[in-house]
Amino acid sequence: MSCSCTNNIEEIDLNLLSDLLKTYNSENSNLITVLQQVQDIYGYLPRKALYEVAKVTGIKEAKVYGVATFYSQFRLKPVGKHLIMLCQGTACHVNGSAMVEVALKEILGVHEGDMTLDGMFTYINVACLGCCSLAPVMMIDDQTYANLTPGLIKGIIEDIRLEEAI
Amino acid sequence: MKIVVGGGSCGLAAGADFIIEQFKEEGFDVGLTGCIGTCYLEPIVEVHHKDKIHRYTNVFKDQVDQIIMDIKCLEFPLEDLVTNEINKQSRIVLKNCGIINPESIDDYLHKSGYQALEKVLSYMTPQGVIKLIKKSGLRGRGGAGFPTWFKWQAAHDSLGDKKFMVCNADEGDPGAFMDRSVLEGDPHSLIEGMIIGAYAIGASKGCVYVRAEYPLAIKRLEIAIDQAERRGYLGENILGSDFNFKLHIKAGAGAFVCGEETALIASLEGERGMPRLKPPFPAQKGYKDYPTNINNVETLANIPWIISKGGDAFSKIGYKKSYGTKVFALTGKVKNGGLVEVPMGMTLREVIYTIGGGIKDNKPFKAVQLGGPSGGCIPESLLDTPVAYENINKTGAIVGSGGMVVMDNSTCMVSMAKFFLEFTCHESCGKCTYCRIGTRQMLEILNRITNGKGSSSDIELLEDLSYKVKEGSMCGLGQTAPNPVLTTLKYFKHEYLEHIEGKCKAGVCGALLKYEIIDTCLGCTVCKKACPTSAITGQLKKVHEIDQDKCIKCGHCIDKCKFGAILRR
Repeated sequence: MSCSCTNNIEEIDLNLLSDLLKTYNSENSNLITVLQQVQDIYGYLPRKALYEVAKVTGIKEAKVYGVATFYSQFRLKPVGKHLIMLCQGTACHVNGSAMVEVALKEILGVHEGDMTLDGMFTYINVACLGCCSLAPVMMIDDQTYANLTPGLIKGIIEDIRLEEAI
Repeated sequence: MKIVVGGGSCGLAAGADFIIEQFKEEGFDVGLTGCIGTCYLEPIVEVHHKDKIHRYTNVFKDQVDQIIMDIKCLEFPLEDLVTNEINKQSRIVLKNCGIINPESIDDYLHKSGYQALEKVLSYMTPQGVIKLIKKSGLRGRGGAGFPTWFKWQAAHDSLGDKKFMVCNADEGDPGAFMDRSVLEGDPHSLIEGMIIGAYAIGASKGCVYVRAEYPLAIKRLEIAIDQAERRGYLGENILGSDFNFKLHIKAGAGAFVCGEETALIASLEGERGMPRLKPPFPAQKGYKDYPTNINNVETLANIPWIISKGGDAFSKIGYKKSYGTKVFALTGKVKNGGLVEVPMGMTLREVIYTIGGGIKDNKPFKAVQLGGPSGGCIPESLLDTPVAYENINKTGAIVGSGGMVVMDNSTCMVSMAKFFLEFTCHESCGKCTYCRIGTRQMLEILNRITNGKGSSSDIELLEDLSYKVKEGSMCGLGQTAPNPVLTTLKYFKHEYLEHIEGKCKAGVCGALLKYEIIDTCLGCTVCKKACPTSAITGQLKKVHEIDQDKCIKCGHCIDKCKFGAILRR
C-alpha cells in the first residue's frame, strides 16, 4: 500500500515559478524572500510549490516547510479575493477591537484565518498595523479603515460586496 | 500657493487620499508630506502661501470646497492646532516628519540633510565618530537602552574583511509606530544615520529589515535609497572619499522575536527567526559570520543631528543617565493621541496630561502601559516618574520602544495582562521550554481567573511561574514576557482577587458579567428579537426576563434597549 496523503494536494501551474527559481543562487538568495515571491504569485504557499522550491534550490523540504510555518505572513491555505487584516494591537484592544472582531466574524460567517464560502474574503488577525491613534483599525487589501465600530464594519463589507456584484 | 496633505499611513487611513483626489479634481497641485504626529487631527491639509503655512485639521470630504473658497479669498484660519501641539515637544528624530516631502531628496537637503555625512567624510575618523557618539550618551531606542557607541566600538574593533550594518525596523511592539513614521516621513535621516554608522564601524554593506506590514514605509525607503544612490550618498566612493556603502531592504515576514538581534540575523539568512546564545555577539560573529552591528530606526535617526550639533548639545538634553529625547506613541484612552517626542526626564503625568490633553471623555485615569508586551502597567500613584531608562525600570515596566497606552477605568487589568501574554505566548519561537510552555501555562491560569474559575492559590502559582519563565529563557522575549503580569499583580492585585471572587468591575470579562432586566422594562420586545440565543423571554408590554443559563453575555440586548432597562453587573 502506498502513501495516499498526496491525493488531496491541489494542482497548480508550476511553470509560474520557473523564472523566479532560475535566478536563485545559494550564496546570495534568501529563502524567505523566495517564499514571499511565491506567495505573491499564488496568493498563498501551495504544497506543490513548496516541494518545487525545495527541489530546485536543494534546501530540504522540512526546512522550507519550517520557514513557511514560522512567519505569520505566510499562508498555507488559499485566500479570498479580498484579504481583511484586523489589527489586534494594544491600542486597538483598549479601544474595543474585540467587539469589532465579533461583528466581523458574524457578518462574514467565518473563523479567523478562513475564507468565506463565496471566495470573496479571507479574514486574519494581525499584530499591529501601526495606526494606533485611529484604533481600532483594519486593512482590506491596501486600504486602511480607521475608528471602526461594529456598525461601520457592516457597511464596509456590504459596500465591497455590492461593488463586486456589479 | 501650494497645497500639502499629510499622507502617512495614519493620514491615509483617516481619508487623506480622498481629500487629495478632490483637490486634484479641482485643478490644484497637491504636495505630499509624512505623519506630523498629531494623528488625532488627521487628515491635515496645509496651504502654503507667501512663506506662511495655514493648517486645516480633521478635514472631511465636504470641507474641501470651503478650503478652496478660503484660498480664493485669501482668508485662512487663525489657529494652528498642529503647531500648538508640536511646540510643546522637543523634536530631534521627528524634526522633518510631516514637514518635508519624504519622496524628495531635495526637501531633505534643504533642511541641512546629508551635511552631517559630509562633515564625517571630510574631517572625521571612524574612531572620532564613535568618540562623539560616546560623548552624546546616546542609548539604543529599540528597547534595551544599550549605549550605541559601545556597540559601534565593538564592531569597529572586530577583525573581518567584510562588515555589515543592519537597521532593525521590525517594529513588532503592538502599540508603537514611531519607526514607521520615520520611515514614511523622513527616510533620508535614517539612511544618513546608517551611512555614518557604517563608516564608523567599517561596513561596506547594509540592510534595513522592515516589517512586511508596513508597505508604504518600504515604498518610501526604496525611493529614498534610489535617490541617495543617484546623488552619490550611497554606492562607491561616497562624496569623493574612498568609502563605499551599499544599502538594501529586506522585508520581514512577521515574527515579533525577530526584534532580538540574533533572531533577526537568522531571519536575514533565510532561516526561522530563532535566537541563539550570546557570545559570540553579532559584533564579532553576525550575518553570515561577519561582524555585524544592529541599531534601531530611532537610534539611527538621532545620529545626523548629533554629528551636526555635537555630543554636548545632545547630552545637555535629558535626565541623569538617559540623554536626548524619546519618541512615544501615545495611544489608548487619551485625548490627543499620536507621536510625541519629549526630552528624557519629563514625567509621565506631563506627557499624558500636558501633551496628551488628559483622558478621553474626562474619565478617571487607571494605568499607563509602557514597553508593550515586554513592559508593564504603571498606576496613578507613580505618574510623577520621569521617563528615563532607570526610573521606568524601577517601576517594573520598561521604556521599551516607546509604546505608551493609556487606560481608564473601563479597562480590566487582568484582561490586559492576558492580552499581552496571549501575544508573547503566540510569538514565542519555542526554543526555550519555559518560554514555550511556561507562558502557555500562565495564560491558562489567567483564562481561568477571567472565566471566574480561579482560586487564590492561582496568584501564587502565577508569580512563581513568572519568575521561572524570566530565569529559564534565553532571549529578551521570554525574559520580559511575564512583566505585564508581574506589574499588574504588583499594582492591581485587588483586581485579580475581585475576579477570583467573581467580579470584573470594569465590565470586560464576559464570563463574570450578569445581564438583568429591571422593572422599568416596557416590554417592547426589541431585546428579545436581538438576543441570538433566545435567552430573553416575555410578552408584549410585560417586563422581560433573561435566562442566565442560556445567556452568552454578548451585550446585544443592552445595546438595543432604548429605555435603560437592562443592567450589566
